Amino acid sequence: MKALTRKTRKLEPLTFVFSLLLLVLFLFIFVTLSNMIFGQIFDDFQGLLEAAENSAVIRSIFLSLYAGFLATLLALFLGVPTGYILARFDFPGKRLIESVIDVPVVVPHTVAGIAILTVFGSKGLIGGPLGAYIQFRDALPGIIVAMLFVSLPYLANSAREGFKSVDPRLENAARSLGAPLWKAFLFVTLPLSARHILIGSIMTWARAISEFGAVVLIAYYPMIGPTLIYDRFLSYGLSASRPIAVLLILVMLSIFIVIRILSAGWSIYDRD
Amino acid sequence: MIEIESLSRKWKNFALEKLTLRIDSGEYFVILGPTGAGKTLFMELIAGFHSPDSGKIRINGKEVTHLPPEKHELAFVYQDYSLFPHMSVKKNIEFGMRMKKIRSKEKLFEIARDLKIAHLLDRHPLTLSGGEQQRVALARALVTDPKILLLDEPLSALDPRTQESARELLTTIHKNKKLTVMHITHDQTEARIMADRIAIIMDGKLMQVGVPEEIFEKPVDSQVASFVGFENMLNGRVISADRGLLKIEAGEIIIDASGYIEVGSQVSAFLRPENIALSKTSAQSSVRNSLQGRVTEVWMLGALVRVKVDCGVLLNALITRQSAEEMGIVPGIPVFAQFKASSIHVLR
Repeated sequence: MKALTRKTRKLEPLTFVFSLLLLVLFLFIFVTLSNMIFGQIFDDFQGLLEAAENSAVIRSIFLSLYAGFLATLLALFLGVPTGYILARFDFPGKRLIESVIDVPVVVPHTVAGIAILTVFGSKGLIGGPLGAYIQFRDALPGIIVAMLFVSLPYLANSAREGFKSVDPRLENAARSLGAPLWKAFLFVTLPLSARHILIGSIMTWARAISEFGAVVLIAYYPMIGPTLIYDRFLSYGLSASRPIAVLLILVMLSIFIVIRILSAGWSIYDRD
Repeated sequence: MIEIESLSRKWKNFALEKLTLRIDSGEYFVILGPTGAGKTLFMELIAGFHSPDSGKIRINGKEVTHLPPEKHELAFVYQDYSLFPHMSVKKNIEFGMRMKKIRSKEKLFEIARDLKIAHLLDRHPLTLSGGEQQRVALARALVTDPKILLLDEPLSALDPRTQESARELLTTIHKNKKLTVMHITHDQTEARIMADRIAIIMDGKLMQVGVPEEIFEKPVDSQVASFVGFENMLNGRVISADRGLLKIEAGEIIIDASGYIEVGSQVSAFLRPENIALSKTSAQSSVRNSLQGRVTEVWMLGALVRVKVDCGVLLNALITRQSAEEMGIVPGIPVFAQFKASSIHVLR
């Protein structure tokens, strides 16, 4: 950007070509989404209003947000401690554990769904014994487990990066001032990695809400937003499903924009 | 009082080996050693941030070897001060008070006044200068009245003028609060000015412990000697010894040195560059040694000039710029390198 603003200097060919490619990338995402959104708004605003008033649509979108939120809470509960251990300690097998944590990002979502169904289904390794107390198949716990599986890596990894960015000397200083480890963690390390963890949580929530493949295999019902969109698409076609899609993305975008704005004031305290 | 007994710890491919050391109450004790000698690791072991592989640490008579850092009851200040960046200066200082459940506004204001940071209490650490950060770190460490203060390179991140006032501050704190201070540095001048006693650590080993005069005048071996500034080393043999005066034959030259060593012994003679005077003539004075040679290299170091002289052996001399100019010292000219017998430190 600097090279572009300096008017006296000739534009480097590399900067020019790279900027063009940036434009292509940006337009690819922007045009695809905005075409859908504005297409819906201008061609069929009535359809969008109807979707917004339809209780099944509202319920499914709310369920997406709610299940995603619960999955994120669980991810925080598991991912923050995991991130801390991975950031602070070296032990045999650490590389292996880190690679395994990344696997959910790379497996196809339907594969993740099959795997979750196998384990949490009514005859599964975990779903079987727990069958009397909690049902995963076609129920909220199943949705949450599927969302958690695919989104957990984002939180664990950003928490780890956050903790890594906090100099262990700060923890040492806190401890020699009389803080036991848990207090040093709570009052020094955690606040200093809060921004990383917040961004990780947003990513996790976003990933959870957008999950379809894994969720639909273990819980077609109750329908989350993406399932409803798919269901309407199969039964009634594009014109019936697009308003819901637009509604879902508008809700998500507004939530993320609000979170971004609220967290923009947080400063980052890096090691250097 | 800190007692360390045979302390060992491996760290990647580096090791601290069997360090035994005793630091008395009220002492200003300096750990001096080159960068990478394991000084910080040693201090972190004493503070309990790491566990030793073997050995014992006792603080004020209580064994703390495997206790967590918060039970070591000492204050630790890192080189970069490690202030909590998300807390104000006031919150930083209060941290230790909160942890130790000391509720006293007066204590906080008293230490802030003592360290001249009362006007900074509402600021954030990242907005402070190095000297201010250090005073805040000291206030944070001292507000809970520890008996022992560990300082990791406390002066090396400061500019020379701030260093001077920081040195005075540390001396005052040490006296007024009757603290036992352990201070790490790689800087000999700093060690010499501040220390009651000095321990030299090199390559994970404790080389020598003593008062500054012993360390700087009577290093125990060639490694310590060259580290504390005896840049010139001549290896030779004692050819005569008479009432404390030795003649040592080193290659083509013979030098006089003081000491009591038997004739025939193989010895190393050490000489500081600042103890060599250069002269155009070999005029006899109280100096016993006057070696003829030729200047080979000259470096300007501001007020001082470092001169390399070839007298059959290469000697490094440090003279003032003024005398260098008066004598017209340039590479190639003949000079006499003169030094007293008593400035030679002889080691077997």
